[in-house]
Order: sequence, then C-alpha cells, then structure tokens
Amino acid sequence: MKNSIVISKREILSQFVSPVAYFVITGFTLLAGYFFFNLLSIFNIVVDRYKQMPYGMSGRDIPNLNQWVIEGYYQTLLIILVFLTPLLTMRLISEEKRRGTFELLVTSPVSVAEIVLGKFLGAAFTVILMILLAGIFPLLLCFYGNPEAPPIFTGLLGVILCTLAFVSIGMAASSFTESQVVAGISSMVVLLLLYVVHSPAEAVGGSLGEVLKYLSPVIQTRDLITGVITLKGIIYFISLIAFGLFMTARVLDAHRWR
Amino acid sequence: MIEVNNLAKYYGDFIAVRDVTFSAEKGDVLGFLGPNGAGKTTTLRMLATYLPPTSGSAKIAGYDINLQSDDVRRSIGYLPETPPLYPEMTVVEYLNFVAQIKGVKKRDLKNKIELAIERCFLGEVRQKLCGQLSKGFKQRVGIAQAIVHNPPVLIFDEPTSGLDPKQIIEIRQLISSLAQDHTILISTHILPEVNSVCNRVVIIDRGEVVLESSLAEATRSRSLEQVFLECVSRQEDKRTKPLSAVGS
Repeated sequence: MKNSIVISKREILSQFVSPVAYFVITGFTLLAGYFFFNLLSIFNIVVDRYKQMPYGMSGRDIPNLNQWVIEGYYQTLLIILVFLTPLLTMRLISEEKRRGTFELLVTSPVSVAEIVLGKFLGAAFTVILMILLAGIFPLLLCFYGNPEAPPIFTGLLGVILCTLAFVSIGMAASSFTESQVVAGISSMVVLLLLYVVHSPAEAVGGSLGEVLKYLSPVIQTRDLITGVITLKGIIYFISLIAFGLFMTARVLDAHRWR
Repeated sequence: MIEVNNLAKYYGDFIAVRDVTFSAEKGDVLGFLGPNGAGKTTTLRMLATYLPPTSGSAKIAGYDINLQSDDVRRSIGYLPETPPLYPEMTVVEYLNFVAQIKGVKKRDLKNKIELAIERCFLGEVRQKLCGQLSKGFKQRVGIAQAIVHNPPVLIFDEPTSGLDPKQIIEIRQLISSLAQDHTILISTHILPEVNSVCNRVVIIDRGEVVLESSLAEATRSRSLEQVFLECVSRQEDKRTKPLSAVGS
C-alpha cells in the first residue's frame, strides 16, 4: 500500500507538470458550465410559461429545479466524461512501457497489484478534482433557488463512481499497447459502447434485456442522481472498477507467461 | 554473488538464450560480451527478474530468481539499455521516487540520495529535469538510480552505448569506483571497455556461453579482440557445417 501511494504521488506530479491535465480539466469545466447554463435557461423559460397559465401552478405539474436542471446536468456530465476520461487514462501504462520506466517498476520490489493500484489512484485524484470543480455549479443553485440538497451530493457521488469505473477501463486499455493513440481510441469505443449498452434492452426483452439494463452505467447512476443510494448501484460500480484493475494486472503479468 | 545455471529463454520456436552458465564472486566486475543479438539483454533481463526464464535458474546474492524474486529485486541495481527516466521529473525528485520504491527507509532517504548524487557527480544538475539532460548525464542518472539503495549486485546493460569518448571515460571511471563495494555485471560489445574495467569475462554467442575466464588468463597470449573473434567464428563454423554437408 505504501508503494502504491508513492507511485500515485509520482503519477499526480507527472500529470500536473504536463499540460494534458490542465487542458482536460479546463475543457471539462468549460463544457460543463455551458451545458449548465443551457439547462438553467430552458428551465427559466419553462417556469415563465407556467406562470402565464390561467390555472396557476399546482401539484405535480410544477417544473422542478432538481428534475430539470440538476439531473439533466449530471447526465450530461457522464457523456462528456465518456470522451474526456480516455484522454487522461490513455498514457497511464502505455507511456511507461514506451519510455522503459515500466522495466524499472517491475524490477523493483513492488508487486504488480501495487503498481496498478498506484496508477489508478493517481488518475482517480485528477478526475475527482475535475468533477468536484464541475460540482460547484449545482451548489450555486442553493444560493439562488431552493433545490433539494441531498440529490446534489448523491448525484455527484454517482458521477464520481461512474468516472472511476471509466478510469479503470481506460487504464486496462492503456496496458494493452505502447501506443497512446490506440489506447485512447479503444477505451473511447469501449466506454461509448458501455454507455449505450442498454438501448436495445426493450427490443431484446427477457432476461437478456435485463442484463443489458444492469450493465448500463446510465441506468445505474439514475438512482444516485435522483437522490437514492442503492447497494445495487454501488456494487455495480465497485465491481466494474475491480474488473478494470484486475484486467490491467493480468495484462501486466502477461509478459511473464511466454 | 552471481550464480547462473543453464539459463534458457525461448519465444515460441525462437531461441533467444539457449544455455547460459557462469558465476561471479563478490567484488568481481564481470564483462558480458557478445555480438549484437547474442542474447545479452535477454539474459540480463532474466537476472533482473524482468523476464522469467523458460528453464534453468540463477542465484543472485543467495536468492533464487524464480522463487525469491522480491529478495533478488532488493539486492540488485539494474540499468536497462535505455535509462528508465521520467523526463518531467528533476533528478532529485526522480532519485527520491526510485529510492522509495526500492524500499529505502524514510530516515535514510536523504543520505542515500545525496550519496548517489555525489558518487555519480550529479551535483550540478540535481534540480534539472531528466528530460533536458545530455545523454551522458542521463546515463549517470541511470547509474545513480541503480546504486541509490546500495545493493550488493549491479547489472548494467551497455552503459556506454551512444556516448561520446569523454563521457565513455567518465562512465568507466565511475564503474571502476563502484567496483570496490559492489559485484558488477556489465554487458557490452565494446571490447576496450572490458579491458579497462573488468576482471572477468564471459563471451556468449547465439545464446550460448563460448568462453568464461578471468581477463588476465584470456588475454595472456592474445589480445581480447583475437579471443573474441575466435570464439564467435568457432560458433559460426559449427552452425554452417551441417549445411555444407548437405551441399556435398
């Protein structure tokens, strides 16, 4: 564990002396802010329309700040992250292999599990920082409106868990190759597939349909985004993260098979 | 200190190392010679526990590379063909990182890093980024990371390749100065290097040891060049014989 911390610290240092992390974080907060502004403007128009209605506003028809803005915002963040996370994870292992520093790590008294965990923690730090920055926007609503507060935090947790799963998968893709481009493209394809995996669920139907729905990060984050913490969702994300870490460790061990 | 027994490495049908056996005592500087593609790097990688051998075994500082690989890793300093540097780290940051993953205790960190910097003459570049160093300095940082945890055995893979003559002399002096406290295994295909730093020599060709002796003994009546060419061409004769037999 101590070695993992050392490796993750080095990883964080590397990310923040190169421009990549800054570009990704800036791009992400820019996109997030723009989408947030959009959702809020639409919400304003909808509220204005309702005010003009003769019957006044009552009951379930009232447009809800949480539903219109916060939930929509978090769902949008996920799709942005499908494209941006691979840019952060593509270099994780492939760069070490290309530079030959992988040889240094493997010939040090450090286990493969510690290397993988350290790399993951390093990348996790950056994405969590990035998501927390984007989490400021919905918090602002608390000052200017009266949204339900808990879903803001559980939603943020959902986005973070989901992105950590993306990181873990991206790192596995990065461990297969020395080429960052190949790693980036392949993890983007895998994440995008995972993102839409539930779309044929209704057409397929039956138990396969249920499985497809279960596999979808979009559906699994839905509960957390609406403010419900379910064990099922948490287990899903933790197993996805564990799967990515396991795959990476197996691939790194693979040079020992031949 | 180093004891290698019938080490072999196959990649499918391709034989990288057929059968390598040699040994080195404490305090030896062993030159590991051979033409390009003879299996030097593969052998060193197996000894450094980067690659597992297909068959055979080796003991380094008393630990078996197959069974006690973590103990072996603690007992060696390994410089691969290209020094494994992180270009975005300064020399001090880099050595600090390496010392930590090599298991140097926190209270010894500073001392050991300073010692490595001093021994490798890195004082003037300590705050420079590894990526901005000249090739000679990169190589020295590579040696510094190998000695920072003060291991009994050092394994250097072609430590002087690609350097200018002045840098080569400096690196050789550095290696000679390390020989007092460490057992050193150096692979190279530059013969004068062996003459100037080694006391033992092992020549391999096509994955097999063709000569193992002390340098003085090997060069008693002939120059090292003659010995080397003889060993390597003898191997070639052995190879081509069956073919010529088919021809006739």
